[in-house]
Amino acid sequence: MAHPYRDVVIAGVHNTLQARHLEGHDSESITFEAAIGALADAGVQPAEVDAVVGAHAQELVLGLRLGPCTRLPWQLGIPIVLEAADLVASGRADVVLIAAGGASMYSDRSATAPWTRPANEFVVGYGLFTAAEFALMARRHMLMHGTTPEQMAGAAATIRNNGHVNPDAVYYGRGPFTPADILESRMVADPFHLLECAMTSEGGCAIVVTNAERAADLASPPVWILGGASDSYGPAYQIAPAWDLVGRSDVPAGYVGRTAARHAFSAAGLHPSDVDVAEFYDPFSFEIIRQLEAFGFCNDGDGGAFVEEGNIGPGGRLPVTTDGGTMSYSHAGINAQQLQRVIRAVEQLRGTCATNQVEDASVALASNGGSGALFTDVLLLGTDRP
Amino acid sequence: MLEPQPVGIPVPNPSPASQPYWEGCARGELLYQRCDGCATIALRPGTVCGHCLSRALSWVASSGNGSLYSWTVVWRPQRPSFTVPYAPAIVTLEEGFRMVSSIVGCEPEDLAADLPLAVEFHPASDEIFLPYFRPRA
Repeated sequence: MAHPYRDVVIAGVHNTLQARHLEGHDSESITFEAAIGALADAGVQPAEVDAVVGAHAQELVLGLRLGPCTRLPWQLGIPIVLEAADLVASGRADVVLIAAGGASMYSDRSATAPWTRPANEFVVGYGLFTAAEFALMARRHMLMHGTTPEQMAGAAATIRNNGHVNPDAVYYGRGPFTPADILESRMVADPFHLLECAMTSEGGCAIVVTNAERAADLASPPVWILGGASDSYGPAYQIAPAWDLVGRSDVPAGYVGRTAARHAFSAAGLHPSDVDVAEFYDPFSFEIIRQLEAFGFCNDGDGGAFVEEGNIGPGGRLPVTTDGGTMSYSHAGINAQQLQRVIRAVEQLRGTCATNQVEDASVALASNGGSGALFTDVLLLGTDRP
Repeated sequence: MLEPQPVGIPVPNPSPASQPYWEGCARGELLYQRCDGCATIALRPGTVCGHCLSRALSWVASSGNGSLYSWTVVWRPQRPSFTVPYAPAIVTLEEGFRMVSSIVGCEPEDLAADLPLAVEFHPASDEIFLPYFRPRA
C-alpha cells in the first residue's frame, strides 16, 4: 500500500518576529503576518489556497478574501498539520494554509499566564498551574528512577544555550548557562526552577502544505511527512496528573506519546536511531528526559543519564530543540509555539538553520504537549519521499 | 509550615454531577463515586462507569485516610490570592482512588513518598469546603 502522505509536501514555513511583547499586535493581526510570510516562502498566491486551518481560520478566509474555502478553526499544533496533510492526501484541498499567533494575551504579571490556570472544580482551589501539574509527573520519575535535579537542569541548559546563540530567539544572548546556573534560579514549583520553565512571549507562525505536483516548481526543496499521531488521556488540568493513570492499554500517562511515536515510526518504516534531530516540545526541563524514554531513544529510567552524557547538545547523538524552544526561542499563545517545533524541523531538513544546523539532517522528529497536560503529539518529517 | 489557603482564592463551581461531592465536603465527608456493578471508582463524577459502561453509580464515603503519591512545593503563586509556599499533591486514598489536593500541617521538607495522610476540610467560601490532607501518626 502506498504511504498515505506520498503526495503531501510541506512547501512553506514562516515565523514572524518573536518578542516578549509585540507592540501594536493582537493574536489575529500577528496571525495574518505569519500567513502572508508562509505563502511568500512557499511561493503560492492567495488565490491558490483552498483550505485554512488554525484558531483564526475564519478571519483569514475573510481578511485575505479566500472564500469559498474550507476552514477548520482549531487550536492545536501537530494535529492540525496532520489534518492539513489529510486534506491534501484525500484531494479535498490542493493548498492548505496553517497559521497561528499569540499577542496581547498576557498582561497581569502578578498571576501566571491565563492559559496556564486551570478552572476545573477539582483543581481550581489548589493553586495549580502548568508548572505544578508537570512537577507532579516529574516527582514520580525522580522517585522511581532516581532522576536528579542536575540532570533536569542539564536539559534546560542545553536548550537555553541553543536559544542563546540564535539571533531570532527572544532570549538571544541571554546565556550561556551551566546546569548549576539553572539550579540557582528561583524555585517556581519544586523541582522546577524558573530557568527550567517555558517563558511567555508573543509571535506568530504559519505553514503551507500542498501536493507533490504543485510543489514540483516551488522555490524550496520539499519536506515530506513520514508519519504522525496523537496520544491523549483526557482533558488537561481536571483530574490528578498521575504517572500511573491508564486507559485501556498498559502504557501509563507518564509515557503519553509512546503509542503515537510507535505509530509514527511504523508508518515511516523507521526506528528512533534513524532520527537526526529531535525538535522536542520543551515546556519544562523534565519533559525532555521523559520524551527520550517515551519515544524509544533510550530505555525507561535512562533519560536523565542520556542528557548527562551530553547526547542532546549540538554535535551530540540526538540534538534536541535546536532553536531554543519555548524556554528561549519563543512561547507565544497556545498553538503558535507548538507549530514552531514543526517549523524548526522543516528548516533543519532544508539545511537552512543559521545556528545549530545538523549536518545532512534527513529525518527530524517534532513533538507537542506533555505529561502534565495528558497529551503528546509526534510528527516525523524527512527529505525523502515516503 | 504549610497552611490551608485563606478565603479569597478561586472557588470551585460545582456541576450537577459533582453536587453530592461538595455537599459531602461541607459536612466533613470525603465521597467518591463507585460503580454498583464492577466497583470501578470514577476518575471524576459522571453518569457512566468508565470500565463497564453501567449507569448504576453510587456515592460512597471514604475513610479519608491515604498516602502521598506525588507533590510539588509552589513558590511562585498562580495568582496573588494564594499564599506561598503551598504544596499541591496527588493523594492515594485507602480505597484505591487518587485525587488532587494540598498538604498542610508540616514543613515542605517533611514531604516524602508514601507519607500517611488524613483528610480535613477548610472553607473556601460560605458554601464550599475544600479537602486538604495532613500527615497522620
